[in-house]
Amino acid sequence: MLIKTNDDGFIHPVPGEITPRAAYQNRRELLRFMASGAAGGTLAAWAGRQALAQQVQRPGKLAPLPGTRSAVAGAVTMEKVTDYKDAASYNNFYEFGTDKADPARNAHTLKTTPWTVEVDGLVKKPAKYAIEDLLKLSAQEERIYRLRCVEGWSMVIPWVGYSLARLIEKVEPLGNAKYVEFITQADRATMPGLRASVLDWPYAEGLRLDEAMHPLTLLAFGMYGEVLPNQNGAPVRLVVPWKYGFKSGKSIVRIRFTEQEPRTAWNKAAANEYGFYSNVNPNVDHPRWSQATERRIGEDGLFAKKRKTLMFNGYEAQVGQLYAGMDLKKNY
Amino acid sequence: MASSATHAAPASRRPPAAVSRGLMHPAAKPLLFALCLLPFGWLFYGALTDGLGANPAEYLIRATGDWTLRFLCLTLAVTPLRVLAGLPALARFRRMLGLFMYFYVVLHLVSYAWFDMGFDVSEIARDIAKRPFILVGFAAFLLLTPLAATSFNRAVKALGAKRWQALHKLVYAVAGLAVLHFFWMRAGKNDFAEVAVYAAILAVLLGWRVLQWAKRKRA
Repeated sequence: MLIKTNDDGFIHPVPGEITPRAAYQNRRELLRFMASGAAGGTLAAWAGRQALAQQVQRPGKLAPLPGTRSAVAGAVTMEKVTDYKDAASYNNFYEFGTDKADPARNAHTLKTTPWTVEVDGLVKKPAKYAIEDLLKLSAQEERIYRLRCVEGWSMVIPWVGYSLARLIEKVEPLGNAKYVEFITQADRATMPGLRASVLDWPYAEGLRLDEAMHPLTLLAFGMYGEVLPNQNGAPVRLVVPWKYGFKSGKSIVRIRFTEQEPRTAWNKAAANEYGFYSNVNPNVDHPRWSQATERRIGEDGLFAKKRKTLMFNGYEAQVGQLYAGMDLKKNY
Repeated sequence: MASSATHAAPASRRPPAAVSRGLMHPAAKPLLFALCLLPFGWLFYGALTDGLGANPAEYLIRATGDWTLRFLCLTLAVTPLRVLAGLPALARFRRMLGLFMYFYVVLHLVSYAWFDMGFDVSEIARDIAKRPFILVGFAAFLLLTPLAATSFNRAVKALGAKRWQALHKLVYAVAGLAVLHFFWMRAGKNDFAEVAVYAAILAVLLGWRVLQWAKRKRA
């Protein structure tokens, strides 16, 4: 077996361990009841904190974009959510500079309205979607995903969006469509990073059609209950939680269905380091560093040991079958 | 010391006497010492107050590496500046700058070993074998160690000035390895702008020495 299942005990939520929605809401109401003062001063303060700790706090910086808790299997991890401050200030978005502080500093120039996303290639119904229509195409869901960067750090981010499959169903891929290519914005006037020839712009990424159709593959419009900050890929980005972060293109302008595997920006830049699949895999090292461990941003203290990286970033139960029989060392 | 007579700047470019006097002031060295400690103080304060951004470990490793490179440039700039500006008094600061370079490289190495590797020796050994850029950085640190160890006056006497000078020319090799270390680290990002700045500065500082050496050969 090439796909090893070195279970750490906490990787996959057993259905029985997932709190039923009703129980969860009851508990929430009880806590709110206690927090309202009925249970007395000190206890109320404690309960109030507990109630806050369990729900994603809206930072109040951008327009709200609420989503209902997703019912997709594996879509809501119970791990502690990363601080919005960190998630919105520590970014790889090379169109705004290669330092991780650059995007938050420079991305204010990005113009997200008007915005259109062209969906074409091998589909029956190619279309150009205005962002307003894309937002309404399906109900917005909140999904709390682990995000693992190929550089060896990770975050837990509450995204708002819906399964990319909803859009794919709308455009009806033809029988010979096998891959989906994602092209992101490349505007020299608003993106200072394009002046450096770090990558072959525009940024391009791709998925196999079945990966793109997987319910966990998210077309995201928001995070932390608000629309996406520019530096996180506003107004619409992809999130593929079992792959390294760079597979998820930011500020998407075009989605194209193809028969051939699309060339990706990172694959063109360094094919031996960044393969097409780029599934999170602790057993396959990056050519220049180990992928066995990762640093959780903001949570582990400076002196804490790094945590073990999980196969498929902890989504093996949900996506493992997509790669049955594949050599993941070759298809890295 | 190179004879100041042959290298003295023409009178027109000679700095005002006040500059030389300032450099010789008894407070000059303590002042420089305090200045050199500032980056450390600033990093220490940042670490205590959660002021180092989302990934403080990475920040500390990078910042100590940056400061090592900066002190390497400063140390290697002393002699060219001394000669070109006609300021022999600058020579008295070279050792301190060199030792601060060593101080920051030790911090760099300790940060890496601690925050990235959790002081796991076998992990570190594997990392050095796996990543050539770590190996090169480690080699640069090893080459610097005898220089730091022989920086005091008695060591100069014990070795003899000639041998001491020959030994301390290792710093040129360290400069090359340091730039290679930084270059390889950035290679994955295809982002060499900062590397180019340090490489250019060090190339000028080392190039000047090659020119001096060629001139002496011809003379």
